[in-house]
Amino acid sequence: MRARRPVLTVQDLRVTYGGAVQALRGISMEVPDGKVVAVLGSNGAGKSTLLRTVSGTLKLHRGRVESGSVRLDGTDLLARDAAQTVRSGVVQVPEGRRIFGRLTVEENLRAGAMGNRDRAARAAAQARVHELFPVLKERSSQRGGLLSGGEQQMLAIGRALMASPKLLLLDEPSLGLAPRVIGQIGEVIAEINRQGTSVLLVEQNATMALGVADLAYVLDVGEVSLSGEAGVLAGTDEVQRLYLGHDADHQRGRRATSGRTLSRWTA
Amino acid sequence: MNQFLSLLLNGVSLGALYALIALGFVIIFKSSEVVSFTHGSLLLLGAYSIARLSGPLGFWLAVLAGLLITAVAAFLVERLIINRLRGAAVISLAIVTIGVDIILLTELVRRIGSDILNVPHPWGGQSVRIGPVGLSQNRLIAILVAGALIAAFFAAFKYSSWGVAMRASAEDGETAALMGIRQGRVSAVSWVVAGVLAGVAALFLVGSPTPGVTPANYAVALRAFPAAILGGLDSTGGALVGGLLIGIAEALAAGYQDQLLFLGRGFSAIVPFIVMIAVLLVRPSGLFGTKELTRV
Repeated sequence: MRARRPVLTVQDLRVTYGGAVQALRGISMEVPDGKVVAVLGSNGAGKSTLLRTVSGTLKLHRGRVESGSVRLDGTDLLARDAAQTVRSGVVQVPEGRRIFGRLTVEENLRAGAMGNRDRAARAAAQARVHELFPVLKERSSQRGGLLSGGEQQMLAIGRALMASPKLLLLDEPSLGLAPRVIGQIGEVIAEINRQGTSVLLVEQNATMALGVADLAYVLDVGEVSLSGEAGVLAGTDEVQRLYLGHDADHQRGRRATSGRTLSRWTA
Repeated sequence: MNQFLSLLLNGVSLGALYALIALGFVIIFKSSEVVSFTHGSLLLLGAYSIARLSGPLGFWLAVLAGLLITAVAAFLVERLIINRLRGAAVISLAIVTIGVDIILLTELVRRIGSDILNVPHPWGGQSVRIGPVGLSQNRLIAILVAGALIAAFFAAFKYSSWGVAMRASAEDGETAALMGIRQGRVSAVSWVVAGVLAGVAALFLVGSPTPGVTPANYAVALRAFPAAILGGLDSTGGALVGGLLIGIAEALAAGYQDQLLFLGRGFSAIVPFIVMIAVLLVRPSGLFGTKELTRV
């Protein structure tokens, strides 16, 4: 598991909101260079808090790092604000896409390139985005708000790629999308990774996440409860039951509806 | 009819100047989420600086210096106060700008005293006739300069990186930060641009037919405020339309005041506010303002 040098290292990270609510209780994890790492967990497990801490937006949510470290290639990320983090090569695709609806598709991409000072790198990023998402080229003068949900997610990913990141953070890219589109998003993530970008993927949709990830971590109430190679993890009982919906014990399904089992599969 | 055309043209020239000031309000609001009440004293600072420096420096250099002083003052307000209070409640920020305004205004009023400072515009106080319609040369040049500036502003707002960054962070600040947009810088640039626009407006507002620089110039910025609001405080196009609407309404009310005597003399001074209230009653978020609607 430590074959490659990690691009991102998180050590014993503790984060609280408002000085009271503990969102992360000592998390350690790493993203090896050139790999896709998935972070699974239900609502409130601390997935978004983890991404906020890495991307430098924790302060906007009144969160505070109590202890621990977040390092990118050995340099401390915690001291940097969001704009500086982008310039060091880490870009986040926010949850719920959050494209700029009143800006055109092209302007959205320009906004994504603001942290990319190198003209040649910007042009290369633009070519890459248009190749990955031809639809963004076709609709370049259309307002972002008029795109479909799937297209908006593509725009959100494309916008983040405009900064030529070495590490891409994705916060629930499958949220609210049709299954077919989720499959496409998974392929896109794999392709982006093949082109050399490391990916940290936070998801509730474990099928898609474990399908593209090399490694995975499962968060439970602010702690890492499971970790390992994605393929191995997908085979464990707990992940099967909690996240993949293959209910091993169908008979207990009704009782389990009060727990975190995805009840709609058994109802 | 001629009188009407003449008043209309005067209204447009006054409105173009209001629009310059209102554009400043709007971009400050969009980039810093602050309703800037410092604009009145910034305008007066510009007018005062140009008037005072015209003696030693000559008119053109004085104009440059005056614009620079206004821009620097706006920049300092943003850097020293607004930027440090980022995240504070909108209402406290607005009150802070009122405080700065009072301090600056008090000092300027003390310096101006009861004088009327003259700005020696090289185009003087003559009028020009365009067909049957008369207009002071000062106001004619004001229309041309304001028109050019407004066009340049809209081009920059649409096409420049600053414009894209500014619109992106106005729409969603957190996401803009995630894209590497430095909001502090966007906000500082907006204040500087707003300062320069107010300075240019000041230059023409103290020329013919207005007598010169007096503390009364301060009230002009207050009349541009309804222009920004009735256009919709977050709409640049609205600021332009609002400015022209207010300018024309005020010029017409002043020109026809003999027919409007039953409303009392000096009625024109409150027309901007009446127009604003009337518009807001019909359209609460202004003519072009964004309604608080979000699509998930």
